[in-house]
Amino acid sequence: MQPFTTLSGIAAPLPRANVDTDQIIPARFLKTIARTGLGRHLFAALRYDESGAERADFILNQDPYRRAEILIAHENFGCGSSREHAPWALLDFGIRAIIAPDFADIFYNNCFKNGILPIRLPRAACDQLIADASMSANARLTIDLERQVVRRPDGEEIPFTVEALRRHCLLHGLDDIGQTLAHEAAITAHEARLANSPCLPVLGF
Amino acid sequence: MTHPRTVFDKIWDAHVVETLPDGTCLLYIDRHLVHEVTSPQAFEGLRAAGRRVRRPDLTLAVPDHNVPTEHHAEGSAAILEPDSRLQVQTLERNVVEFGVPFIPISDARQGIVHVIGPELGASLPGMTIVCGDSHTSTHGALGALAFGIGTSEVEHVLATQTLLQRPARNLLVEVTGRLGPGVTAKDMALAIIGAIGTAGGTGHVIEYAGDAVRALDMAGRMTLCNMSIEAGARAGLIAPDETTFAYVRGRPFAPKGEAFDRAVAYWRSLVADPGAQYDRTVRIDGGEIAPMLTWGTNPEAVVPITGTTPDPDAEPDPARAAQIRRMLAYMALTPGQALEGVPVDVVFIGSCTNSRIEDMRAAAEIARNRRVAPGVRALVVPGSGLVKQQAEAEGLDRIFTEAGFEWREAGCSMCLGMNPDKLTPGQRCASTSNRNFEGRQGPGGRTHLLSPAMAAAAAITGTLTDSRRFA
Ligand code: SF4
Repeated sequence: MQPFTTLSGIAAPLPRANVDTDQIIPARFLKTIARTGLGRHLFAALRYDESGAERADFILNQDPYRRAEILIAHENFGCGSSREHAPWALLDFGIRAIIAPDFADIFYNNCFKNGILPIRLPRAACDQLIADASMSANARLTIDLERQVVRRPDGEEIPFTVEALRRHCLLHGLDDIGQTLAHEAAITAHEARLANSPCLPVLGF
Repeated sequence: MTHPRTVFDKIWDAHVVETLPDGTCLLYIDRHLVHEVTSPQAFEGLRAAGRRVRRPDLTLAVPDHNVPTEHHAEGSAAILEPDSRLQVQTLERNVVEFGVPFIPISDARQGIVHVIGPELGASLPGMTIVCGDSHTSTHGALGALAFGIGTSEVEHVLATQTLLQRPARNLLVEVTGRLGPGVTAKDMALAIIGAIGTAGGTGHVIEYAGDAVRALDMAGRMTLCNMSIEAGARAGLIAPDETTFAYVRGRPFAPKGEAFDRAVAYWRSLVADPGAQYDRTVRIDGGEIAPMLTWGTNPEAVVPITGTTPDPDAEPDPARAAQIRRMLAYMALTPGQALEGVPVDVVFIGSCTNSRIEDMRAAAEIARNRRVAPGVRALVVPGSGLVKQQAEAEGLDRIFTEAGFEWREAGCSMCLGMNPDKLTPGQRCASTSNRNFEGRQGPGGRTHLLSPAMAAAAAITGTLTDSRRFA
């Protein structure tokens, strides 16, 4: 996983609530067995018309937002399914951070596993950043994860917080599995405790 | 532990392997269900790192999302769409390579992962259950802590049989009183989402309680817990009781004999202690719930079938008004329009929300000796091969086919556009599934979520209809 330290990039405004995972990546594109290549299907129904041509009115079809690395949206971003194809599609497009008032739980979690930083900020701050991002010449925002601030084009800094462990893993690009395997002895001890428990049956096929 | 605990607290505490300094817990997972869509990249990750599946014996895999709803006897080779076939066959290869128990398409026990887990006794009270699928919340009906995870976490569970998790907050949803005649668990679920909103449960695990919940059979409880994720909750659960134990007894993978009695003794302890604290409580009068349906493109856009669409001009919040306008335009409905009488093109009875035998019976009761309206395509898709067998033993398949419904084989079917069963642009569907997002059932499709009885009634009249008219 690519570490996330600071990111200075173009921010695309998407002032919508309840951006669901079917919007981010429709189900018909989930039939892949790879993690990459989904960027061209990101927001497929919003980005392309029935003939497959780009819809000029969609933000990610406009310059400079085609090169956006940050997305700013409204409440409940990423609601719906658990599909990790949603963060994969965002990442493949080039999005490394999403700012919104709140996120659906599974999507929020999935972002961290893929080196994407989801930032929760109050709605008023999101709207402020959406206004900044909408002036395309100023669309560049800076996110400093070490210091946990978003820097506006005028230099003002907006603080945010991320849970310590998640921040640590993101800053260093750490793989969860490797870390968990360091707790092998505790896992084995737990299994031994449960060996005779009625709540740990074994499937016999 | 002396302070009074909720059901969630008790299951959580029993599964914490270790608590890390920042409060994140390493949580042991008792059951991992795997399907073809969210697992290929996880197995690929294991392979790349040279890792094994730690506890294949606690893992069960089945294909469901891509599976066509016909020709199951011919197995995965009969899947016509190459990318769907590749995904299913990739799972078939992975389960062999990693030694994971597997139910192939041609097996009578194949079905939607959330239907077969409880049906086979693979999902039991008190367990932690995960699957790379958000509707894993379904299994909470048994009194388990069951939640959906992403593919990276699927890989994490395969490799370690644990997950890194932070405790959830507790939300008690109490439905008091009794549901009225013709009102079902689906209506209860929709009414709750309408009341608390699609983000109302974010960060929480919902515990459903109250007389109206206790009175539900297990199928109804699964319908209710299934849709917890549509309220944004991580999971939903119901404390196990006699209804639960009677359901679990005798299932193929459930404990047997003396082991079952010991299990029940433990499961009886999984009730909230007197004085247990919930972070939030929501109370709903079950007697006030009418048959519900959605009119818009998220599951909180619900009204009773006797109601009308909202008027955006009457909405003070401009963002909300704009959202209502967008939803009405997508759904081709007008402000203040009565829902009853709106013509439908397709009726879909199925999905992990409503495809159990009880759902089949409820729909058949309305279909019996009636005809599907001309021009309407109506599909009935049992949730598993075993549900299909049971329905056929009861003669329900004949009731459906004589009425003009299609009787299909088990799978996710028209719940999402990943297999041949899809809406075409502009089609309006009365659907017993759980998501009405734009394009969910196929690009440009329009979805009204409702109960099996309401769906069957819509098939007969060809329009959205109050199913109580057929009582
Ligand atoms: S039936 Fe629908 S919601 Fe349920 S697992 Fe299948 S696709 Fe997901």
